[in-house]
Amino acid sequence: MSAPLLSVRGVRVAFGGVKAADGVDLDVNAGEFLAIIGPNGSGKTTFINLATGYVKPQAGTIRLEGRDITSARPRDVTKLGIARAFQIPQLFTEHTVLENLMLAVAANQGFWRWQSPLGSPAVREAAMDLLTTVGLADMVGASSNALNEGARKLTDIALALALKPRLLLLDEPTAGVSTDEKFPLMDRLAAVLRERGVTAVFVEHDMDLVRRYADRVVVWNQGRVVADGAPDAVLTDPAVLRDVVGVL
Amino acid sequence: MLHFIIILALAAAFAAIPAFFPWLAFVFTLVLAKGFAALGVAILLRAGLISIGHALFYAVGAYTVGFLSSRAGVNLLIPQLVAAAVVSGLFGLVIGLFMVRYRGIFFAMLNLAVSMVGYTLLSKLYTLTGGTDGLSIATPRVLGMTVGREAFEAILLYGGLGLAFVVGIVVHRYLKSPMGEALPAVESNEIRLEYLGIAVPRVLLFAYVGSAVLAGIGGAIHALIVGHITPDLAYWTTSGQLVLVAVLGGIGGVAGPFIGATFLESVRAAAVIYAPDAWNIIIGAGLLVVIFFLPRGLHGLIERITRKGERP
Ligand SMILES: Nc1ncnc2c1ncn2[C@@H]1O[C@H](COP(=O)(O)OP(=O)(O)O)[C@@H](O)[C@H]1O
Ligand SMILES: [Mg+2]
Repeated sequence: MSAPLLSVRGVRVAFGGVKAADGVDLDVNAGEFLAIIGPNGSGKTTFINLATGYVKPQAGTIRLEGRDITSARPRDVTKLGIARAFQIPQLFTEHTVLENLMLAVAANQGFWRWQSPLGSPAVREAAMDLLTTVGLADMVGASSNALNEGARKLTDIALALALKPRLLLLDEPTAGVSTDEKFPLMDRLAAVLRERGVTAVFVEHDMDLVRRYADRVVVWNQGRVVADGAPDAVLTDPAVLRDVVGVL
Repeated sequence: MLHFIIILALAAAFAAIPAFFPWLAFVFTLVLAKGFAALGVAILLRAGLISIGHALFYAVGAYTVGFLSSRAGVNLLIPQLVAAAVVSGLFGLVIGLFMVRYRGIFFAMLNLAVSMVGYTLLSKLYTLTGGTDGLSIATPRVLGMTVGREAFEAILLYGGLGLAFVVGIVVHRYLKSPMGEALPAVESNEIRLEYLGIAVPRVLLFAYVGSAVLAGIGGAIHALIVGHITPDLAYWTTSGQLVLVAVLGGIGGVAGPFIGATFLESVRAAAVIYAPDAWNIIIGAGLLVVIFFLPRGLHGLIERITRKGERP
């Protein structure tokens, strides 16, 4: 088997007395869709923060294709091809939805220009394409802080997609998205990711979504991985059902 | 387009008024000096950073001209202006490398602190700076020509207005570029910018150096029109005035700080004649009106007009 895309070994971090990562070992393989499930406060978001350099581990190593990124900053990790979407959308609230996307597209292709406009035709077109992908094409002119929670989530995801990552980390992508929009969104997203060969990790609370879109499921509890395997096996495991799925 | 026409009309009025009221030529040249510096402050305000120390760069620009004129004997307008821009830019680069790590009140106070160190040095290094006596600046030659004082002041006013136009366009383009659009994004979501792979300190350093250059150009014009400079140029009240001008004028467009400076200097000039004790009250009241009714400053008025014009 080839080396994993992302490899996390013995990672620990505690906030005060709370062990948010308590010896996490996890490999993410290239091309897979990996779902992370687990109760609130079990350290799922912290894992994404660790993998992207936002939180520094107190012990352990994080590697991207063998390269040590344990002490890299978010912008370094981003340049190496990891993008993330946030549990709580992180948008540029003084800009319109389209401008948000154009900033992200420009960040990826010629950001350090100071005498040519942000909205060049190519950048504008790429931004529009991304908004179409997440189903926000009719929101382009809206101010990003006037959106409802679902649209904010979608914009946040589109920002991550704009970076053309190799590895995309999605923190509860469908939280706040209306029930009948969840599956269409994930369908579109999965199609784009498969087409581009993007590896995806998504934190998810909806087991129907996990069953439908995940190749593999990892179960988090109290800062550690407590189960790991194919969705059918993991989601029928009595211990997982009792300790994790039962309390979601 | 309508926006540009309004700015052109304002500039035309600005150019015409001193022809009818010659004593205003001096005031209007000071307006340009303050306008350049306040534009620098406004760039940083876009990123949510309030510098209460930009008078330092204003003074650096002024003293560069002062040194060239009284110490080095370089009495040439264009080299003096270019040197002022370059030297203040270098100061901006060195100080900026340190400042861009700070936000909010820390940024404001550290700029204040550094400017006060500058003020103290200008005051105490008597042999170099003339201490509190300051330096005198002779009327420089312009493009190799010796000109009389009156002609020089006209050149400074109208040349300065032309420079403001060119610089205004360059700054406008910058603010619309990816690096310029990133400034409000630093304020609204710095984390997300980092997660786009953008080095925020680099974004801010560029803005900081640019703002220092603008302040330095303003200081140079100040030195040239007044003909005498003192350390007070670096004093914190000067910095405060630049922030005031930027907020009064508005940071929504590059014309804003120049409009704010016109308002402030005109009121001050009028008050000196008609109400010498009341000018602070007038400025204070003006600021209150702007804060309550024009959150985007006087420039916000133009924005309102043009938005109406654009509606189908
Ligand atoms: N930056 C932080 N400072 C303090 N505590 C934190 C921080 N980040 C996470 N925690 C704590 O770590 C635990 C795990 O949080 P989190 O990773 O957000 O869980 P999850 O995403 O699984 O709900 C929680 O108890 C949370 O309060
Ligand atoms: Mg979470």
